[in-house]
Amino acid sequence: MKRFITLFVLLVFLPLSVLGVEPNEILDDPQLEQRARDISQNIRCMVCQNENIDDSAAELARDFRILIREMLAEGNTDQQIYDYIEDRYGEFALLKPRFDPKNWILYFSGPILIILCLILIYRRYRNSKFEELPANDLTPEEKQKIEELISK
Amino acid sequence: MITEIGHLSLILALLVSVLQIGVLGVGYAKNIFNWLYAGTLIAAVQFGFIGISFLSITWAFVNSDFSLALVTNNSHTLKPLLYKISGVWGNHEGSMLLWVLVLSFFGFLLAVLQRQIPLRFKALVLFFQSAITLAFLSFILFTSNPFARLEFPPFNGYDLNPLLQDPGLAFHPPLLYLGYVGLSISFSFALAGLVNGNINSAWASWVRPWTLLSWVFLTLGIALGSWWAYYELGWGGWWFWDPVENASFMPWLITTALLHSTLVLEKRDQLTKWTVLLSILAFSLSLIGTFLVRSGIITSVHSFASDPTRGIYILVIMILFTGGGLALYLLLGKKIRGGWAFSFWSRESALISNNLLLVISAMVVFIGTFWPLIIETIHGDKISVGPPYFNLTFTPFMIALSLLLPFGVSLTWKRGNISRALKSLIAPAVLALVLAILILSLQTGMRMLGPVGLMLAAWIILGTLWELTVKVGIGKHSLGKSLRWLKLLPRMEYGKSMAHLGFGFTIIGIASITSWEIEDIRVVQIGDTYQVGSYEFQLLEVKEIRGPNYFAQMGEFEVFQDNSLEARMFPEKRVYPVANSTTTEAAIDMGLLRDLYIVLGDFQGENAWAVRTYIKPMVNWIWIGAFVMALGGCISLSGRFPALRSRELRKAS
Repeated sequence: MKRFITLFVLLVFLPLSVLGVEPNEILDDPQLEQRARDISQNIRCMVCQNENIDDSAAELARDFRILIREMLAEGNTDQQIYDYIEDRYGEFALLKPRFDPKNWILYFSGPILIILCLILIYRRYRNSKFEELPANDLTPEEKQKIEELISK
Repeated sequence: MITEIGHLSLILALLVSVLQIGVLGVGYAKNIFNWLYAGTLIAAVQFGFIGISFLSITWAFVNSDFSLALVTNNSHTLKPLLYKISGVWGNHEGSMLLWVLVLSFFGFLLAVLQRQIPLRFKALVLFFQSAITLAFLSFILFTSNPFARLEFPPFNGYDLNPLLQDPGLAFHPPLLYLGYVGLSISFSFALAGLVNGNINSAWASWVRPWTLLSWVFLTLGIALGSWWAYYELGWGGWWFWDPVENASFMPWLITTALLHSTLVLEKRDQLTKWTVLLSILAFSLSLIGTFLVRSGIITSVHSFASDPTRGIYILVIMILFTGGGLALYLLLGKKIRGGWAFSFWSRESALISNNLLLVISAMVVFIGTFWPLIIETIHGDKISVGPPYFNLTFTPFMIALSLLLPFGVSLTWKRGNISRALKSLIAPAVLALVLAILILSLQTGMRMLGPVGLMLAAWIILGTLWELTVKVGIGKHSLGKSLRWLKLLPRMEYGKSMAHLGFGFTIIGIASITSWEIEDIRVVQIGDTYQVGSYEFQLLEVKEIRGPNYFAQMGEFEVFQDNSLEARMFPEKRVYPVANSTTTEAAIDMGLLRDLYIVLGDFQGENAWAVRTYIKPMVNWIWIGAFVMALGGCISLSGRFPALRSRELRKAS
């Protein structure tokens, strides 16, 4: 009886798949397959919370993976595939936002901030009077005394 | 009855925090010693009440009291005891209760332990601390009461999300919370310092243990979360740049910066304003983290318990404290004396660069996390910002940081000698470069990420060790003397070197797994043998098994290398009928050099199964590194306890 229940539960629930790419989807050409994987990792699974289609087990993600592989087999370039998906499903599908004016802040804020801060800090150094102060280096006698203490 | 006591003590805790604010406020304004003293002691009462409340809700979980809505929604009689207890904080209400528990515990420790702090100042810190407690207690009681009852209690509960029923995840949230909440102390210290206008070395020495403590907890919490994702989510990913991960990572970056700037403040009495600003930012970011997780405003794999109305309440708290903190900074920051007494080539400069890189990289993560929200508000478009973006924009900062680190530790305070520092680093630089070339010639293909990553790791690790040997004069003096000096080095020096080594280890792991992972997806029939990398895998059988609250299919694999048995592995696919969900339990054969990782997929008919097999080189170094970093933090922290030192500092302030 126990064994029967176990089997029953497994049969009812397990069809919910838990993997991403399934063996039967894989292309024979390893180079094309690698390209398909790379592209899949940049496409969002739109019915999931925050997953790419390569990792997702959702039905929709599977359809996308197959679509990408079909398009690759037909000889499309990566860019053509991204454009096609964006055309149909909007920019939301791309995990890497397009590099256009709308997203410039997104891409450039890091470098710009670094440069700005470096300029500010450079000016602080220039304004500080510290470098002009005498270096207060040790006199030879002091140095000798320290050497003596160390080698004791 | 016990739950009523818990509920009552939570309400009492709220009243106590109002009382404490009043007593400390009046005591500070009129400078009455007794009031200030009593006010600090109220922290103990506060902790007591919240503790009772937390214990009573834990009791309800352990005894499966389904008259509480919270227990019904998150527990089940068949659940193992560990998960009954971790179920307390595996949900919104309970996790907020844990948050205030930690908050009041830290307040209590501050009040009782840090005797070296002048009473008047301590009272001011606790004043801000209890304002935070008050805000969160009212949040809990008015929007998310864990003690809410059900009119008709069911016979059993709905069970905790099975993904969360895992030892890793049982401790991941509390660790993160300890970190987040520890930052509230630096925040309160910063505000108190602003009000009293005294930010100096003594201030830094009081705050630094708390910053260290928060940093240690954040490091461990993040690492544990990442490790959990690695073995539980089923494909061995360890970092997803998910908004909720970012929410814990940003405070970590800022706290790391804060740790280094407090050091400058403590040793050299410089970077006063900057350190205060960082303290405010660090806590603000941890509030934003809480807000992100709890509001569900940004879609995330972590949205277990989100509710917009609560989000708005947390948003108000966040604006109140962040805005209030920054306003106070703008108003009173001018009073704090600044300074710039160090030359261009100095440890101070190196630490400023460290801060710059860490803070701006945190800003980049921040912008990336919130960009979809911003674009949707401005243009109405929905866009995504995912891992490809973060990898592109964040990695350069970490490369720069890694390159900088050995220089920084080789420069002396105040006025460093760059040519001497460079000369002392020739050996590690050459060794690291040789290693990179060696790896490049060994690997197939010209991908640079692996060799460059390992070169940086070697540069950091060798540079750190090298600095230690130079410091104790190995080669210059007799070995016995050097060893004696090594023993005499302050704990803080050990802690620092250890943390830097950990950082190097983590880079080893990240670079290796990103460059040299092998993945294999195929259909395997029972009895089949297949080759992945240098290993041979054989599927022996798949059988049905039954766990305490789940059913599973379990595969049995044998793995051979060079015809000798390397491992026996048992990947599972589980079904949790009560929670109605499936999970994969990957089988992992762990090792320092590689992990073997097998995931059992769907039944394909005729005794065949879909199977994913991975060989993940050096992956464990990611978490070993994090652990070593945290250990370094602990060692550094332990150096702060001698009572002698605090007496010395009391005189200084």
